[in-house]
Amino acid sequence: MDASTLGMWTFLITEVLFFGGMFAAYAVYRNMYPDAFASTSKFMDVILGGTNTAVLICSSLTMVLAVRAAQLSKRRDLILFLILTMIFGTIFLVIKGFEYHAKWVEHLVPGFDFQYDEPRYQHNAQILFFLYFCMTGMHALHMIVGLGLLTYLLVQAKRRIFNANYFAPVEMIGLYWHFVDIVWIFLFPLLYLIGHRR
Amino acid sequence: MSTQHHVPIPKVGTLVAVWATLIVLTGLTSYVSYFELGEWNIVVALIIAVTKASLVAWIFMAVRHTTSLTKLFCVAGLAWLSILILLTYSDYSTRDWTYQAKPWATNKAAGTSR
Repeated sequence: MDASTLGMWTFLITEVLFFGGMFAAYAVYRNMYPDAFASTSKFMDVILGGTNTAVLICSSLTMVLAVRAAQLSKRRDLILFLILTMIFGTIFLVIKGFEYHAKWVEHLVPGFDFQYDEPRYQHNAQILFFLYFCMTGMHALHMIVGLGLLTYLLVQAKRRIFNANYFAPVEMIGLYWHFVDIVWIFLFPLLYLIGHRR
Repeated sequence: MSTQHHVPIPKVGTLVAVWATLIVLTGLTSYVSYFELGEWNIVVALIIAVTKASLVAWIFMAVRHTTSLTKLFCVAGLAWLSILILLTYSDYSTRDWTYQAKPWATNKAAGTSR
């Protein structure tokens, strides 16, 4: 048990550094073009972004309750909370899809007919949107992988694999799911909140 | 198959309290962002984000119940992350600093630093 926890954390640290590279790029470019970056916040939908933050926090709660149900050998609760976690994860991705579509309609996808309403920031604002799609895109990919892992857990739970003596996979995939939540906890303020809102 | 009975089972009340705190902090950070506080917008947003991440790691990810070795790994991960960001950032933010031998002498002679 301790060994698998340590191994999972080692993997998560490599993930921290993977996302850390993009956060470092964000810090460097924000320092270079602070005004252009601040001007992009008004194009971010804080209501949708905030809703998605809340949705992910709810999914983390249901995930940790799923682990608890497994620890207590409550199979029905485990299945219920796994399904709820998957529903919240899917809601997040659907909302993210609507946001991406809005960016496409508003010509804010870098490289594809990018048009910014302030011509002086045309090039530098594009860097922010490039980072936006890289960071939220990699995050969404991690969510999709997480949904796949939860599907695996659901199948195993239905086969009565997990009980108070064996629930390590539930706990480890839970750690992964919470990590993806933490990444979003940092992406939300950095991409949506900091900057000029009008 | 090893038994896992030694793992403490979290109380539902604790988990729900952490969830409620996270939701309130999300609302707070969104609300504060509507005020123009200059540099303080970034400071407040990051303090709230670090608080939320710490709550998720400590309670939801149960770092509080892990071994000292796992805690050490978590801290080491943060240390490497800070090396990555701080060294990269300090490089880029000081690239415009031009090297001048005896800048005081140059300033006197030319009357300008550049």
